[in-house]
Amino acid sequence: MTFYFIEPLLYLSAMGLGLGAFIGEINGTSYVQFIAPGIIASSAMWAAASESTYGSFVKMHYQKIYHAMVAAPLSIEEVVAGEILYAAFKAVIYGSIILLVITAFGLVASPWALLTPLVLVLAGFVFALLGMIWTGLVPNIDTFSFFFTLVVTPMFLFSGVFFPIDNLPGFVQIAAWFLPLFHVVVLLRSLVFGEIGLYLLTHVGILILTIVILFPFPQRLMRKRLGI
Amino acid sequence: MKEPIVMAKNLRKSYGDLQAVKGIDFKIYQGECFGILGPNGAGKTTTVAMLYCFLPVTKGHLEVLGMDVTNSPRQIKMKLGVVPQENNLDLELTVLENLIIYASYFDIKKRTAEKKALELLAFFNLMEKKDINVEQLSGGMKRRLALARGLINSPEMLILDEPTTGLDPEARHIIWQHLRLLKQQGLTIVLTTHYLEEASQLCDYLFIIDQGEIIERGSPRELVEKHIGRYVLELELPAEKHQCLLEELDSNVKGYKLLGNTLYLYLNSEGQYAATKLQQYPYISYQLLRPANLEDVFLKLTGKGLLGGE
Repeated sequence: MTFYFIEPLLYLSAMGLGLGAFIGEINGTSYVQFIAPGIIASSAMWAAASESTYGSFVKMHYQKIYHAMVAAPLSIEEVVAGEILYAAFKAVIYGSIILLVITAFGLVASPWALLTPLVLVLAGFVFALLGMIWTGLVPNIDTFSFFFTLVVTPMFLFSGVFFPIDNLPGFVQIAAWFLPLFHVVVLLRSLVFGEIGLYLLTHVGILILTIVILFPFPQRLMRKRLGI
Repeated sequence: MKEPIVMAKNLRKSYGDLQAVKGIDFKIYQGECFGILGPNGAGKTTTVAMLYCFLPVTKGHLEVLGMDVTNSPRQIKMKLGVVPQENNLDLELTVLENLIIYASYFDIKKRTAEKKALELLAFFNLMEKKDINVEQLSGGMKRRLALARGLINSPEMLILDEPTTGLDPEARHIIWQHLRLLKQQGLTIVLTTHYLEEASQLCDYLFIIDQGEIIERGSPRELVEKHIGRYVLELELPAEKHQCLLEELDSNVKGYKLLGNTLYLYLNSEGQYAATKLQQYPYISYQLLRPANLEDVFLKLTGKGLLGGE
């Protein structure tokens, strides 16, 4: 559990302070201040993704808890929705704790940052859904490493957490719009720095749309998986 | 005339081309202990999974507690208790927590759930373990907890899928005792098993299913008397001697079955005569006179032992 805590803080200190000593300001802020909102976003992502993959797979496949629940007056759709809710909840909690930590270090510029948990709810659902879809598909627990290597880590690296993507080639910038983490990072950075504008609603809208589109898939996959 | 609480008509379950249950009919009455017997892969688990509304029915009609399983699964599940084949307890919780969380799936208030949970733990002799993590329990204790969990909602019917598979004899007998007590309290019990002794000891009525079809049904005693008799003589002797032995014993033997090298003779009531006569018979390497049982019925009807699938 505490692993979720420590890793974001390690990134913050190693990259923020270590690397930051060599990097000048980015867009008028220090490097550690620049990456802090991204670290919040990614801690939410890792929390939701881990819980909805490893956490859920162990319950479903090894402990067969889903079977026990569906033998009771619950449908598999309800069980899956519950699992997603829990993973999203974890994302909100962990992200908010990181927010508190970076506030304590004086890295938060604006009271708009108080809206962070709301953004984390959206982030939590998106990553919980992505993870749960994978859980509905994988034959065994080893294949989760593909999810983390091919989906989560690239998002972590290329969504603007550690560097602005403005200077990358055009097609990369366009591709970023397809990465949910990119939108979360934009939103959180804007809130933390207090740079608010109506354009942010586009990012909110994209996240909501993603959630709506993805939502039925884990339920369908899990129903098929359990043979019901 | 009592109304059945379970009624199956032409019940079918297919997975694509594979037919797991091929159009079976049966009725279960309130208060009885009903057995579903058969080798592994026969369709026992599939049948009960349809009963407790886990698997959808492919074709045919299945009514449980007066409700159709296709239309009212949730209402049916509210009144059923289920103990699946694998212990799917929540390993992260304690014994008591498992019961209380499970009760919440039935909309049972926490206080009621806690009271019922403690009653059940006392009944199953798990009180001392109530705050212990489930992971630390033995196999027998986990199964008793699964049984307790199946009763948390005070069901009208309890369904158990192979309740004692994988347990040592002592644990098995303890479960049987608990089930007998529950039956005395009026609970309707449906259980699947491939242990003939379990079916003989517990079930009032049963059917034998093989490859998705019901091949016989009746009370354990009826089936044994009808197909076998009261005593069986098991013999091992060279194949070429079988015919002349059978001719010699003639009317003393009601029927027989050959399985591998062992000859199973179904004796008539004068069968003791046959047994003593055989003492003079040469070439017999192994001989056992014992009461007839359900396994003999199964061997006769299907030509393989109940444990043949393992």
